[in-house]
Amino acid sequence: MIREFSFNDVLYLVAAMRWTLALTAIAFLGGGLVGLTVALLRVSAFAPLRWVGTIYVLAVQGTPLLAWLFVFFFGLSIVGVEVSPWIAAAAAYSIYAGAFLGEIWRGCLQAIPKTQWEAGASLGLSFTSQLRYIIVPQATRLAIPPTVGFLVQLIKNTSLAAVIGFIELTREGQLTTAVTFRPFTVYLTVAALYFALCFPLTQVARRLERRLHVAR
Amino acid sequence: MSYSLQFRDVFAAWEFLLDGLVLTLELSAVTMIAGLAIGLGGAAARVYGPRWLKTPVAIYVETIRNTPLIVQLFLIFFGLPSAGVKLDANTAAMIALSINLGAYSVEIVRAGLEAIPRSQIEAGQSLGLSGVQIFRYVIIFPALRLMFPALASQFILLMLATSVVSQISAQDLFHTASIVQSRTFRDFEVYIVVAAVYLALALVFRLLFAALYHFVFARR
Repeated sequence: MIREFSFNDVLYLVAAMRWTLALTAIAFLGGGLVGLTVALLRVSAFAPLRWVGTIYVLAVQGTPLLAWLFVFFFGLSIVGVEVSPWIAAAAAYSIYAGAFLGEIWRGCLQAIPKTQWEAGASLGLSFTSQLRYIIVPQATRLAIPPTVGFLVQLIKNTSLAAVIGFIELTREGQLTTAVTFRPFTVYLTVAALYFALCFPLTQVARRLERRLHVAR
Repeated sequence: MSYSLQFRDVFAAWEFLLDGLVLTLELSAVTMIAGLAIGLGGAAARVYGPRWLKTPVAIYVETIRNTPLIVQLFLIFFGLPSAGVKLDANTAAMIALSINLGAYSVEIVRAGLEAIPRSQIEAGQSLGLSGVQIFRYVIIFPALRLMFPALASQFILLMLATSVVSQISAQDLFHTASIVQSRTFRDFEVYIVVAAVYLALALVFRLLFAALYHFVFARR
């Protein structure tokens, strides 16, 4: 049945944004945990741990996110795990976001001068204490602008979860198109909604970055 | 439940997958060239252009960078026909990807152009060079060297993002993979193989860009 694209459809699309946001939040949490691990592996003093981190980043940044989504969605069921789009998406996005956040945070950790580590060492702090009390507090300040920037990337990429049937903004747009047959209007609305989410964040990231450069 | 991986059916379809790979490479190559052209033109307009040109370029860049590629694809492939513009899937994919990469390139190139010290431009002016000559002989080469790493990694991300065009049924590597999947029901195996191919492509592109940088920029 074909019906008109009405204001109600716009409201449905707006409502579907909450799943986009929920997926972004899950991806950010999962990716944050993975990313933290990757960043720490990559600054580790023990070479094989650094290699593991490097290989992970190389592998994830060298494969399409779409492939990860499909591998988890279709792949986990063959080992006997019933996979909902939620679980597949959460796993794929955590892996994906972990590699990118890991690289961003590694850069921030390494941007802290070596003398800071040495100062910590000369005070008799252990490696973890140096990280905890000296390096991480300074690196966090550097990390915030690019992390916000990546968040925009993440919000946009949650749209790919639509292809495994995860109902978020883009999938809702597809469903609305199917009943109203107004692809141009629907996808324009969808694009506008993404823009409304991402543009303010982009501006925040830009402002934070500018402030950081002034401060230095 | 036990499951043994069987890659035989997937490898049997290698010729079919190869066709998809060819389109993926074509899409990547065309988009990289178009994206670089848009990037150079757009950035020059944004940095040196008059205001009536700066604003539309800024709007273009912000719009594209703040919306997902897949929605841009859907808008061009599914949406434009209702406005009377009908494109086949491959053309729509090429256009959407170029527009998308163009916007990111404008930002990268702009950063490169703005990183050239003002004194360099003034030195050109004091030698009596025209605006175009300054751009051609003073600005563009060092600027390209500065922006090259960022541009290269954006290009590789774009190459991976071409997989999204499978969703409008352009016959790229990812789309052929989903057809093999529906024929053989070897879901996991197909996507593992395809992911490995993308990974190999990404590494090859990375090496190519590193070689290009070495030969064009590092020797001078």
